Amino acid sequence: MSADIKVDQVLDAKGMSCPLPILKTKKAVEALSKDQVLKVETTDAGSKNDMASWAKRTGNEILKVEEGAGTFTFYIKKTA
Amino acid sequence: MANKKMTIIASKGSLDGAYPPLILATTAAAMDLDVTIFFTFFGLEIIKKENADKLKISPLGNPAMPMPVPIPALVAALPSMEAIATAMMKSKFNKHGVATIGQLLELAKESGVKMIACQMTMDVMGYKQSDFIDGVEFGGAAMWLDVAVDSQVNLFI
Repeated sequence: MSADIKVDQVLDAKGMSCPLPILKTKKAVEALSKDQVLKVETTDAGSKNDMASWAKRTGNEILKVEEGAGTFTFYIKKTA
Repeated sequence: MANKKMTIIASKGSLDGAYPPLILATTAAAMDLDVTIFFTFFGLEIIKKENADKLKISPLGNPAMPMPVPIPALVAALPSMEAIATAMMKSKFNKHGVATIGQLLELAKESGVKMIACQMTMDVMGYKQSDFIDGVEFGGAAMWLDVAVDSQVNLFI
């Protein structure tokens, strides 16, 4: 659990394939204010590396990644 | 700091040929790149009005395409095979949560991807500017090169 992270918005991208999780994440992060946190849930196995590349390139920060049974949960802080 | 830039030349009009340019363009835009796609030759089919979701895939000349049973080339040439292969691929894409070509095109437009249709190919094939979706610009090799020279990523697909 990530009780220590305050989540401002949740994005359910489960069942979506590349590039939709990234495109939806970009849109959701754009709608946030600076320093707010987006929680994104995906099932795309490629999204773990994709999300890291996206965050690095756009200057946003992934606070934490949780891996479940076929699911990934990202906590992304809007820092850009 | 100015955004980095990417250009793509989209030259294929098959279903499988349309995915890579649109996936890369939308993702690049989401990664803060300025993106330009130059549609030429059969790539023009992608941006003709109401055509994006009518693109087809053919098992002909495509030995890597997974089929439920092995299909000899002569059978693959039969009239209905293209429609069957297209329906099969679309259903697989749908099952795996892959966006349709039409959806990706819409997302590309929304995210400011610049689209140029090759006027020369249009003239050769008898297409009019009004045959294309809104927002498309028209030009030639020089228009693409002008952007490509200042881009970090240039792809021919």
